[in-house]
Amino acid sequence: MAMALDFSALAPYGGEVAAGVATTISLTAVATLVGITAASVLAWLKLNGPAGVRWGIQAYVELVRNTPFIVQLFFIFFGLPALGVSLEAWVAALIAMTMNLTAYATEIVRAGIESIGKGQLEAARVLGLSRRQTYRHVVLVPALRKIYPALTNQCIIVMLGSAVISQISVEELTWAANFIASRNFRNFEAYILATLIYLALSIGMRQLFRLAGWHFLGGRQGRPSS
Amino acid sequence: MSLVRVDALHKSFGHLEVLKGIDLKVSAGEVVSIIGRSGSGKSTFLRCLNQLEQHDSGRIEINGQVLDANSMAPALLSENVGMVFQNFNLFPHKTVGENVMLAPMIVRGEREREASRLARRMLERVGLADRFDAWPEQLSGGQQQRVAIARALAMSPKVLLCDEITSALDPELVGDVLKVLEQLARDGMTLILVTHEMSFARDVGSRVVFMHQGRIHEQGDSREVLSQPRTPELQQFLSAVR
Amino acid sequence: MMDFTLWDIVRNLLLSMRWTVVLSLIAFIGGGVVALLLTVIRLSPSRWVQWPVMAYVELFQGTPLLMQLFLAFFGLGALGIQVSAWTAATLALVLFTSAFLTDIWQGCIRAIPPGQWQGARVLGLGRLQTLHHVILPQALRLAIAPTVGFSVQVVKGTALASIIGFVELTRTGTMLNNATFKPFLIFALVALGYFLLCYPLSLYARHLEKKLNVTGSR
Ligand SMILES: Nc1ncnc2c1ncn2[C@@H]1O[C@H](COP(=O)(O)OP(=O)(O)OP(=O)(O)O)[C@@H](O)[C@H]1O
Ligand SMILES: [Mg+2]
Repeated sequence: MAMALDFSALAPYGGEVAAGVATTISLTAVATLVGITAASVLAWLKLNGPAGVRWGIQAYVELVRNTPFIVQLFFIFFGLPALGVSLEAWVAALIAMTMNLTAYATEIVRAGIESIGKGQLEAARVLGLSRRQTYRHVVLVPALRKIYPALTNQCIIVMLGSAVISQISVEELTWAANFIASRNFRNFEAYILATLIYLALSIGMRQLFRLAGWHFLGGRQGRPSS
Repeated sequence: MSLVRVDALHKSFGHLEVLKGIDLKVSAGEVVSIIGRSGSGKSTFLRCLNQLEQHDSGRIEINGQVLDANSMAPALLSENVGMVFQNFNLFPHKTVGENVMLAPMIVRGEREREASRLARRMLERVGLADRFDAWPEQLSGGQQQRVAIARALAMSPKVLLCDEITSALDPELVGDVLKVLEQLARDGMTLILVTHEMSFARDVGSRVVFMHQGRIHEQGDSREVLSQPRTPELQQFLSAVR
Repeated sequence: MMDFTLWDIVRNLLLSMRWTVVLSLIAFIGGGVVALLLTVIRLSPSRWVQWPVMAYVELFQGTPLLMQLFLAFFGLGALGIQVSAWTAATLALVLFTSAFLTDIWQGCIRAIPPGQWQGARVLGLGRLQTLHHVILPQALRLAIAPTVGFSVQVVKGTALASIIGFVELTRTGTMLNNATFKPFLIFALVALGYFLLCYPLSLYARHLEKKLNVTGSR
């Protein structure tokens, strides 16, 4: 028989939920910052590095993009200790999330860089900018601005994907929901709550990215970048 | 009787009043050139004439039928008013011939054979009979624009609207398109065109309409208006164009 | 505890891959059908019709697939409808896929320049005629590559069905690991299994993208 929904049964677990949200946010924040930074470097190397490096980056990107996150996570958490690399669950989760985001973001940033016309590079050269200066001022910022929506989406996907790390007992939001469900058997209520919080987080993240983009990249069609 | 008759036409975009009361009558066979500064409302006026933009108030009558928000379906309208755009708007997934055949088949329900014969005739009129099976992307801009004219003509409209149809073309291709228009004018087609080609307006056009700040500021016989402009605004505009 | 040879492990994984493939196919085809419906509905000029579709897309794109699976599995249970892991996984993946495909296809339709709508309109084509003869053929061409590309996400998404107990590749890997305790080998093989399914799809999507861009009648 169907039972009535009873959200008040969740009330005693406010602390677990709050701690779970905090963990989800912290892990996502670190993965995002490290991932985008690493991706900017890898994308440059992928376009300008020596052949071996380019090939290695390509292999890494393809490997990550064509296997599920949960398998990557299990491999890192369960598989690596067999090689003597033992990791705490949250460290394994953070590595998996960062690796995952880095691979996708590398592709996104590379596409952005390639979209910058040759004319821009030549203009920078005749103005006397060095290669590094050109990359930083003429290529990277306009490229980031162009791919910003895609990058935003990818970071949100990583945040949502982090629900899976509950499977190696990292005490994040989904883990909290599972915990509640195992205590009071209010599965449905617990998961609805978690789902709504995830929805709020992804909406919040989108707003945050918009603000950050405004601040660092000068708005969408904003002022000149350099 | 006028083929096109516009009374007190008003159109705003939000707070921006673009057309501030336009009155215009065009008789069959006339070639009317609309000139004026950028932003004076020329395109908006043209687009109201075939309801790509809906006017806020005023009256538009074409071939005895009044246009308002719902009175005329696109299908009926296209039998009266044809339009050619600045950037052609050919359908890239259809060949030249198919572009011309599409509307006669779908809107008028013609058979493929009839439509194809019609399309060939129209393409002949614009000097492109041999490009029937080509894809739009294989043609030069001038040729694409002539296909667009043929496509519009296939619906045998009573009046053809042209919005700066040579502005996107390389200079050496402009002549071919203008020649087609000239021939149309000679065949008795009613044309209303927004143009920057002053010599065309003078030599082929019968009337020039100068729009300024959302109103018709001055109009008259094309030779007269262009050689002896009366208002200082038109004088200034013409000296800037030349 | 019984002994597993390498071949036993590989054979079990290969056999379980069937279920990954079947679940992917159902999710992709079912999701495609639902998305087609939603895309057509979304084309309605009425905001009141567009809005629920947009909310649907937003909801599925803004929440974890794992939560969608949990809700399908435990939620229907709480409503008194007992469902198997198989039903719940199918339902959740179909809905998930449909939301993303709706978004992709909608984007392709929006990418057709407004001049195409106007060009058809001044020739006298109605809204549906314009869609049928002018917009959809061009949008379809744009949609092929990203649609194939998204199928990779669907295949990977099926791995989460293992968490609610659906026995496919990942679940089989976990079970084999519990029996043999060779996590490095087994999860590497599981990853390889997915790679073999997904990489060709990725390559094909990229190939399509290049091909359609070069001949690009767009
Ligand atoms: N869809 C629209 N929404 C808002 N404003 C518009 C729209 N279309 C035109 N306008 C504005 O209306 C004014 C008149 O535009 P219109 O295109 O009619 O000018 P025009 O005379 O054709 O100029 P041009 O010679 O540059 O083509 C302009 O200020 C323009 O920015
Ligand atoms: Mg204009």
